[in-house]
Amino acid sequence: MSSIKVELHENQVNELVEVCKSFSNDPFELIHVLHKAQSIFGYLPAEVQEIVARELKIPVAKVYGVVTFYSFFSMIPKGQNPISICMGTACYVRGAEKVLEEFKRKLAVEVGETTKDGRFSLNCLRCVGACGLAPVVMVGDKTYGRVSPDGVQEILAEYM
Amino acid sequence: MIKHKIHILVCGGTGCKSSNSDLLVSTLRNELIENGLDKEVQVVLTGCFGFCEQGPIVKVLPDNIFYVGVKPDDAHEIIAEHIIKGRKVQRLLYVDPKTKERIQDAKGMNFYKKQLRIALRNCGFIDPESIDESIARDGYAALAKVLTELTPAETVQIVKQSGLRGRGGGGFSTGLKWEITAKSQADQKYVVCNADEGDPGAFMDRSILEGDPHTVIEAMAINGYCTGADKGLVYIRAEYPLAIERLKIAIKQAREYGLLGQDIFGTGFNFDIDLRYGAGAFVCGEETALIHSMEGERGEPTFKPPFPSEEGYLGKPTNVNNVETYANIPPIILQGAEWFSSIGTEKSKGTKVFALAGKVNNVGLVEVPMGTTLREVIFEIGGGIKGNKKFKAVQTGGPSGGCLTEKHLDIPIDYDNLIACGSMMGSGGMIIVDEDDCMVSMAKYYLDFTVEESCGKCSPCRIGNKRLYEILETITKGKGTVEDLDRLRNLSEVIKDTSLCGLGQTSPNPVLSTLDNFLDEYEAHVKDHKCPAGQCRDLMTYWIEPENCVGCTACARVCPVSAISGERKEVHIIDAALCIKCGACLEKCKFNAVYVS
Ligand SMILES: Cc1cc2nc3c(=O)[nH]c(=O)nc-3n(C[C@H](O)[C@H](O)[C@H](O)COP(=O)(O)O)c2cc1C
Ligand code: SF4
Ligand code: SF4
Ligand code: FES
Repeated sequence: MSSIKVELHENQVNELVEVCKSFSNDPFELIHVLHKAQSIFGYLPAEVQEIVARELKIPVAKVYGVVTFYSFFSMIPKGQNPISICMGTACYVRGAEKVLEEFKRKLAVEVGETTKDGRFSLNCLRCVGACGLAPVVMVGDKTYGRVSPDGVQEILAEYM
Repeated sequence: MIKHKIHILVCGGTGCKSSNSDLLVSTLRNELIENGLDKEVQVVLTGCFGFCEQGPIVKVLPDNIFYVGVKPDDAHEIIAEHIIKGRKVQRLLYVDPKTKERIQDAKGMNFYKKQLRIALRNCGFIDPESIDESIARDGYAALAKVLTELTPAETVQIVKQSGLRGRGGGGFSTGLKWEITAKSQADQKYVVCNADEGDPGAFMDRSILEGDPHTVIEAMAINGYCTGADKGLVYIRAEYPLAIERLKIAIKQAREYGLLGQDIFGTGFNFDIDLRYGAGAFVCGEETALIHSMEGERGEPTFKPPFPSEEGYLGKPTNVNNVETYANIPPIILQGAEWFSSIGTEKSKGTKVFALAGKVNNVGLVEVPMGTTLREVIFEIGGGIKGNKKFKAVQTGGPSGGCLTEKHLDIPIDYDNLIACGSMMGSGGMIIVDEDDCMVSMAKYYLDFTVEESCGKCSPCRIGNKRLYEILETITKGKGTVEDLDRLRNLSEVIKDTSLCGLGQTSPNPVLSTLDNFLDEYEAHVKDHKCPAGQCRDLMTYWIEPENCVGCTACARVCPVSAISGERKEVHIIDAALCIKCGACLEKCKFNAVYVS
C-alpha cells in the first residue's frame, strides 16, 4: 500500500462507520460495505480499508485481499471524467483496440491511470450491453457508440 | 387503472438508452400533452426488443407498427402524423436490405421470422417497472398454480420432464438439480440466481432482468417452494445499474402485492429475495466462486463435490441457476412439460437466447428453438455479414468456447453438437468474424481475457494461460516458429486436464479450435511471417504507391506521428521507422495510393 497518507473528511468517515453499522458490522457483508465505501470516497485508499477492517473486526490484509481481487474496486482516485473503453468481444472485433490506442496517445496515460491534471482517467471494461453500437466508449454515465479513432478528439473536446 | 387506447412502446434496453431513448420518451409525452392526447395514448418504456442494430425502436399498438432508428426529433412527426392523422411515418419503417421494401410489422422481418420467444416473451411488450403489466401477461400465475395445485415433488417432476437444461453454460438438467437440493437435509436452504453474466460480448441475462424482472422473481419463488428454501439471493454484476434498479423496483412491488414475503397466496409459503453485488471478476460466475463472493470473500472456486446443492452458501444447500434458466420456468409450469419438450432437439429442449454481435448486419438478441442451424441464425436472422465481406468464423461460448467455420454452418445448434465440434453453448454469446479478422489475434484476445480473470489459485491456469498468451503474442509479432504450434497444443491439453475449475478447464478452447480450423493462418504467421487477414500490426508495412499519389496531403494531415512527408502536389513518402501502423492514412486516401503488405 502507498506510504502517502490520504486525509479523509471526517463526515465521510462517519458515514462509512454508519454504513458498517447498517450491515451489523458483519464480515460476510464486506463486499457490500466496500461498494458503499467506494461510492462515498470515489475509491478505496489504504486508510479507508483500515477503517473497514476495524469496524468489521477483520484483518486489514483480508480487506486488501478482497479489494485487489475485484476489478471494480480501485485504489487510485478516478479522474473527474472517467473514460471506459469497452473491450468486450463485439467491440473488439469492431475495432475497440484502435480507439483505445488513440485515447492512450491523446491523454498520454496507460490503462488504469489518471491524467496529471486529474481531468481524465482511462479504463477498460467488458461489454456494457450495447453491442449494437460497437465500439462503445463511456465517459462517466454517458455512452458513445460507433466510435472511431478519428472521433476521439471530438469526445475529449466535450470535457475540456 | 386508466385504459389507454393506444400504446407507444419505446425500447429502454441499455443499447437504445445509450442512443437517447429516454429523451425520446419524454419528447413523445410532451407532444401528447400539448395535443391533449395523454389520456388516450400511453408511452411505455419497455425492455429490449432484441433488434439492437436498428435502435432505438418504437412500436405503436394496436396498429402494430414497428419504427426503427427513431430519434427524439422524430417524436413530433410520430404524434402529428401517425397518432393524430392515422398515417404511418414511412421513412421510419424498416427497409428490407434485399427487397428494399418497407416493412411495418415485426412479423414480416427476417430478423423475427425464425425466432421463438419463450424466455424473452415479455421483453419489449411490458413496462418492466409495472407489476400490473406483468400480471396481465400471466406473471405470477405459475407461482399461484404450484402453490395451490401442486406439491413440490410434482412441480420438480414437471421441470424434470420438460428436459430444461441450465442456460448458464454447463447444461445440467435443471429438474435434477432441484431434486438434489430438495433432498438435501438442512434447517436452512437458499435459492440463488446467477446474474453475473461474465462472457464479454453477451447480454442475454441483462436484457431479461431489464425487460422482465418479475419472471425471475416468480421462478425463484417456485424454486424455493420445490427445494424448501425461504430465502433467495440474486448475485448481479455491479456493472448493470439499470438491471439492478429494475430488479429492486420489481422486488418492492412483489412484496407490496404479497407475492414475496410471508404466507404467499395464503398457503403458508414464505419466500423473500435479496441482492448481492458482483465486483468485476469473471470467475465469480462459477458457482462455488460466486458463493464465496456472496460470503464477502475473494471469489476463488473450490473443488466440487461437495456441490452447492448439498453444501453452498454459509454451508447450506443452495440451488444456483442462471437468469435465462429461470425465465423458462413459468411457461413450463403453465403450458406443461410436454409442450416444452416438443421444442428443440432430442437432448436439448426448448429455445436458447443468443447475443448475436460482431461483423453481422443485425446485431441483437435472438431466441431460437434448439436445433436451428448456425446458418439460419447468422444469414437469415442476422442478415449476413456486414459490408458484404466474407464470413470467416463464429465464436460461441465466449472465452470457454471455440471458433466454428463454414463447414459447421449447417449443424443444428444444441449442447452436444457444439461440444462435438470443439466449441460449446456457453451462456449464449455469438460473435461473428469476417475475412479481415486474424484468428491468431482472436485466440490471443481471449487468452488475454483469461490471464486477467484467472483467480490464480491453481498454477496450470495462472501460469499456463500466461505462457499460452506469450506464445501467441510472439506469433503475432512474426517471431514465432513451427515448434511453437506444438507447444501451444501440448500446453493447452495440460491446462485443460489439470485446472481446478471450469475457467481453466476450458480456457485453452479458443486456441485449440483455431489451431484445428485455421492452421493455415498460424502457419502463415510462423513460416512466412505474414498475417493473411492483415490485422497483425508488426507484420505490416505501409507504403505509398508513387504512381497513384497526387500529393493531396490528406494522409500527412491525419498521420498521428507525422511519419508522412511530401510537398503539396508532390509524391508523399512514409517513414517506416516512425510509422506506428495505425492505418489512418489508408482510410483517408481517396486515390488508392496507400498500400499495406
Ligand atoms: C468460469 C466460469 C464462469 C461462469 N460464468 C457464468 C455466468 O456468468 N453466468 C451463469 O449463469 N453461469 C456461469 N457459469 C456456470 C455456473 O457455474 C453454474 O453452472 C450455473 O450458474 C448454473 O446454472 P444453470 O444450471 O441454470 O446454468 C460459469 C462457470 C464457469 C466455470
Ligand atoms: S482454473 Fe483458474 S480460475 Fe479456476 S481455480 Fe484455477 S486459477 Fe482459479
Ligand atoms: S499508418 Fe498511421 S502512422 Fe503509419 S504513415 Fe499511415 S497514418 Fe502515419
Ligand atoms: S462488447 Fe462492447 S458493448 Fe458489448
